[in-house]
Amino acid sequence: MVRALWPFALLLALAALLPLSGNEYWALIATRAAIYWILVAGLNLIVGYAGQLAIGYVALLTIGAYTASVLTAGTVMAPIGAFPALGIAAVAGAFFGVIVGLPALRLRTFYFAMTTLGFATIVTQITLAWQDVTGGGIGIPGPALPAPMDTAWGLYWFCLAVAVVCTWATANIAHSRFGRALVAIRDTEVAAEAAGIDKPRMLVLVFILAGALAAFAGGLFASLQTYITPDAFTFELSLLFFIAVLIGGRGSILGPLLGTILLTLLPEIAAPLAAWSTFLYAALLLVIVLAIPGGIAALLDRRNRLALPENRDIRPDAAALEPLIGQRGAPETMALRGIVLAFGGVRAIDGVDLDVRQGEVHGLIGPNGSGKTTTLNVISGYYKPEAGSMTIGAAALPPGAPEGRAARGIARTYQTPRLIGEASVLQNVMIGASISGTATFVESLLSLPRHMADERRMKAQARLALAAVGLSALAEVRADRLQHSELRFMEIARALMLKPGFLLLDEPAAGLSVEEIKRLGALIKSVSRQGTGVLLVEHHADLIFDICDQVTVLNLGKVLAAGTPAEIRVHKEVVSAYLGG
Amino acid sequence: MLASILASGLAVGAVYALIGITYNTMYSTSRVMSFTAGQLGMLGGVFGSLFMLRLGLPWPVALVLTLTACALLGVVTEFVAVRPVLKSLDQHLYVLSTLAVALLIQNLTALQWSTEPQPFPRLLEMGSGIWDEKYWLPVGACVVTIVGLEYLYRHTLVGRAFVAIAEDNFAARALGLPERNLRIASYALAGAVGALAGFAGGQLLLAFFANGPLLNFYGFIPVALGGLGNNRGAVIGGILLGLFQQAANFTVGGIFSSVAVFTLFIIVLLLRPQGMFGAPVARRV
Repeated sequence: MVRALWPFALLLALAALLPLSGNEYWALIATRAAIYWILVAGLNLIVGYAGQLAIGYVALLTIGAYTASVLTAGTVMAPIGAFPALGIAAVAGAFFGVIVGLPALRLRTFYFAMTTLGFATIVTQITLAWQDVTGGGIGIPGPALPAPMDTAWGLYWFCLAVAVVCTWATANIAHSRFGRALVAIRDTEVAAEAAGIDKPRMLVLVFILAGALAAFAGGLFASLQTYITPDAFTFELSLLFFIAVLIGGRGSILGPLLGTILLTLLPEIAAPLAAWSTFLYAALLLVIVLAIPGGIAALLDRRNRLALPENRDIRPDAAALEPLIGQRGAPETMALRGIVLAFGGVRAIDGVDLDVRQGEVHGLIGPNGSGKTTTLNVISGYYKPEAGSMTIGAAALPPGAPEGRAARGIARTYQTPRLIGEASVLQNVMIGASISGTATFVESLLSLPRHMADERRMKAQARLALAAVGLSALAEVRADRLQHSELRFMEIARALMLKPGFLLLDEPAAGLSVEEIKRLGALIKSVSRQGTGVLLVEHHADLIFDICDQVTVLNLGKVLAAGTPAEIRVHKEVVSAYLGG
Repeated sequence: MLASILASGLAVGAVYALIGITYNTMYSTSRVMSFTAGQLGMLGGVFGSLFMLRLGLPWPVALVLTLTACALLGVVTEFVAVRPVLKSLDQHLYVLSTLAVALLIQNLTALQWSTEPQPFPRLLEMGSGIWDEKYWLPVGACVVTIVGLEYLYRHTLVGRAFVAIAEDNFAARALGLPERNLRIASYALAGAVGALAGFAGGQLLLAFFANGPLLNFYGFIPVALGGLGNNRGAVIGGILLGLFQQAANFTVGGIFSSVAVFTLFIIVLLLRPQGMFGAPVARRV
């Protein structure tokens, strides 16, 4: 933790030493950098963490600047003080932040980029046209802050203080379950849903925060400019904010901070190039995307360039399961009755019945295309069956609604592991406990006690889960550096974080060595003995017959046979259709 | 007033539809929505003005040169901004790379051409009032493009190969179709279509560097409403958008017409994310 903080401390020390220079021009530049960072800090959560490409964020700066200026200038009502005006500007920004963000909740990336761009154009047009209020092309004076913020250095100290608070607060969010959820939405939306992460809610929360910060920054910007016209809010500025995040690197706070400082200083250092600045920004964007997609943050991350030990061993430890999952009460049964699902004319599942009891391993086998994964997807809610019912105990399991499965204790893994490559293994696993968080967004923002307790508990659980699957040694490693087999065990650890009542495993043994399969089998068996019902889709017949208590065989979407492994092994049709021999 | 609304609405609608087709042509072979679509339209106007007014060339020569230049630019886009990021389509890096190229084009134009709108000459000296050529030329260009594309897609081997790639990239490659060359060809085609939009609409939009983002947005709306890759949807959406925008322009004024368009766009997309004529999203798991 100390090691991660020194760059921030160094920057702050430099910023605190700047007034010694006595150069007011430098005060202006540094104040501008601080104001830009207040906006970028919020935008970073949207672009760098949630992966939503908001390229027109200058619109919110404009809204904040004009709201604050109009209220202090009194063109619509009696003038009010600068600070209330800044507050109202932040509220307006939060509101419009959500409005601009709405398309991101349902639409694909490019659409969202486009709508933010369209919004930016419109806001500028309105400031030009609404002359009675905004002064049109002539402009309007910005809010004048009271003493001691009315001097260049006074304003500098104030903006610096706000910037420090913003850094701290957005870092708190970034390192909370909210930050992890945003990254999960960015990189693996499917797994995020299965972990019970509510994408619209998460995005709306950060849109509110980022919008408020951007508009507050806008108010300060107007104050710094002392007089604003629509010309001050060019698309170039929007580009600066956006590229600052990307230069900095996704999923980092320090990177975008350095990016913001760099881009603010660049036109000052290279004054003759001022006319070319947008061109340079664009060229920089292209270079980053093509050459260093990780940005500054990836360049600074030396630890993850060290070689990992070879011949690593995955050694699951069943003893960690007891403190992690605990023992369940009376076992329940998940029952599927007459499930039917067709894709076009093909009946992928055609009247499947299935009973998975807690405390047992239930194998689901069958040839390719027999409907095994489709059955898992129906249980997980990714597909809505056309007919049939699902229940857990006495309660019905509603069809569809994948994000509600975690709350019902259903966890799963995938045929191709779904992971957040840029996050550490520990953080990946902590995603699984998202719904167990108790702290609200505001509590996490301010790092209040409940947030701290949540984090401590989730971290401890994640370490237990990693011990249980045998990946403790790799906890701090970036997940995309793991081998395929390790990723499979990591997914199981993530699923265990839910203390699942039912665990759905989709071909967990695919790509594992013989020795690893043996350990996987023992792990699955111990998980079921903690009272979890395991539904195992697998092609390795040995594994199935070794560890399963019940086996269901599917063929062409129908149940071909169901029973104990011993019964299935001698079932005539199963042998001829699937097992061979 | 109704006649003016219809004339100008159809004209700008045709330009938007053509930009929409530009988006679709690039999308069909690469699954990439490129920010360069609007810039190609902008360049159609700028190059036209450059060749005819500054260099004094006759309009057919200028048209050919403009289309060729933009087709080349399309190919450059494919090499610089599309091919390198195709591997990781799901990370949406293409949004950033094509945005960067679009901004490079736009700023180079601003610096080397002019930051003020420049005149675009009359081509045929035909018509006046609402029958002025500046209104029917874009419509004509749109009709020619649609007929041309339909012929290409239905009656030529290359065109069918385009359709095959658009339908199922993997299967097309397995059949031995030269996917990479077809993609380059489609970017060249898109460049020419975008340039044609700007050239035909030059008298309406003038040769102005800031037309790029404008056309980007208004050309994207028909695509979004019509469904990605759906040219018929783009044409219908483009014409409707043009008429709606001009009607709002004449009745409530320019600023509020863009607010109206934007609001309508968001509402429609929130209700029908796949567009009016698009198919629902494919399976994800």
